[in-house]
Amino acid sequence: MARLRTAVSAVVAFTLLVVAWELAKAVLPEDGVRIGDTRVLPRTDDAAMPHVWTVLARFGEPEVAGAAAQRTVGEAVASGALFTLGLALGGLVIGGVLGAVLALAMARFGLLERALLPWVVLSQTVPLIAIAPLVAGWGGKIAILGQPWQPWTSVMVISSYLAFFPIAVGMLRGLTSPRRADVELFRSLAAGWWTTLLRLRLPASVPHLLPAVRLAAAAAVVGAIVAEISTGTRGGVGRLIIEYAQSATGDPSRMYTAILGAAVLGLVAAAAVGLLDLALRRYRGSVA
Amino acid sequence: MSGPAVELAGVDKVFGPVRALDGIELTIGAGEFVSLIGPSGCGKSTLLRVVADLEQPTAGTVRVRGKPAAQARLDQDYGIAFQQAGLLEWRSVAENVELPLHVHGVPRAQRRERAAELLEMVGLTEFARSRPGELSGGMQQRVAIARALAPKPSLLLMDEPFGALDEMTRERMQAELLRIAGETRAAVLFVTHSIPEAVVLSDRVVVMSPRPGRITEVVAGRRPGSRPDLAPDDVEDVRESAAFFTAITDVREALRKGHG
Repeated sequence: MARLRTAVSAVVAFTLLVVAWELAKAVLPEDGVRIGDTRVLPRTDDAAMPHVWTVLARFGEPEVAGAAAQRTVGEAVASGALFTLGLALGGLVIGGVLGAVLALAMARFGLLERALLPWVVLSQTVPLIAIAPLVAGWGGKIAILGQPWQPWTSVMVISSYLAFFPIAVGMLRGLTSPRRADVELFRSLAAGWWTTLLRLRLPASVPHLLPAVRLAAAAAVVGAIVAEISTGTRGGVGRLIIEYAQSATGDPSRMYTAILGAAVLGLVAAAAVGLLDLALRRYRGSVA
Repeated sequence: MSGPAVELAGVDKVFGPVRALDGIELTIGAGEFVSLIGPSGCGKSTLLRVVADLEQPTAGTVRVRGKPAAQARLDQDYGIAFQQAGLLEWRSVAENVELPLHVHGVPRAQRRERAAELLEMVGLTEFARSRPGELSGGMQQRVAIARALAPKPSLLLMDEPFGALDEMTRERMQAELLRIAGETRAAVLFVTHSIPEAVVLSDRVVVMSPRPGRITEVVAGRRPGSRPDLAPDDVEDVRESAAFFTAITDVREALRKGHG
């Protein structure tokens, strides 16, 4: 029932957005709204805000107008999104494992928490744009198991750099969330650290972990797209956004197809986490 | 042969400037029901925690079933229940009862059987598959007691287990506990701040006073320890007997003396 309501409100929200877009086009002047010399509302002509149906129709048209035997924009965006989704998923898995290992180490050794946590937080204040070329640069110099570093590897690593953070922090919170009485109960049962981890700390961390994974999934997608753009990796939806944006004056609706593609990608990632949520609902409980 | 369940000799416990326990001498016989009573800060919970090896005494010796407290904990010679039932939300009622056995790698079939047996004992068979959150406070506490009994301990440590319950539920739980203690023949060390509760349950009521935490007096309770078949009806008789009120007065006076 609650799930149905969520789905309905999602559809309503999307419809409202479309209506608002078209309403803005219909009501506001084409040249935007100015106060003095400052434009406070954007242009609403077809070049700046193409009609929703023009954008949707563009999906079915060839990528480059006029050229025969070309793949359609829809195919290009879909394959780009799929490519990026794969990289984001890889980033999420790498980041998830890294975050979980860090959280476990910090939960096990208090000293490590005090030593590591500031660095974990600091890592996220470095702008992604600054790290991306570094990672790509280092990558060019190393080979793993004889395999040369691929550009997409850089993207995955950068994506994992964003994804590990919420997992590390959320899981650390979760692992340390059991009440003192619960911890003492396990001690009275002569349970060792691993047993306590398996039977108490891990199950208790699920309510903290699920929102963390949700954040991490979104961060992995954003990270992958930004990394594609800043490392110039081909094949993903990030590259398409740049490519299509460069020709936006001549073909405005095509740019929006790539942006829509990226948005759908985020939704798919969120939905995947929703499935995880469903699988773990026994442990979800309430966050104390 | 059954030696004493618990022997405490010269036990001190110091937290910084606070002498929580001072020269505690106490022996609890096998199958005996002993209550600890006293104002807050008198160290009654600390004493129980020392027996449970959740705190280390600063001085003195603690032996449980003739063994050092740490060894007794590792051997699971005692079961423990706290004021909060402390059930794990992600486990069903039966799985919560099974927890101690699960931790010790008892095979599933055996765990199931023992949990069913215990849930029957505490009268919650039909709630085996419920979540703890679906149960009332009194029912949750019964689950916690069943859990404490799962490894068949010869000693039950209870830290104000009925403290959060309403008076009616509390009296019913006391009767239940007496029946269970009688059936399992386990010794019980029971911390409470209710005088009638201590008197109605115990063979002996140990009265403590704070700063430093000391045993000031030991009053005989009104539970006939030789009658493991004691039925809840009899408990109600005890509550209304003249002897019960005499014992309550004795404990109250001992408490007042300790305080003054």
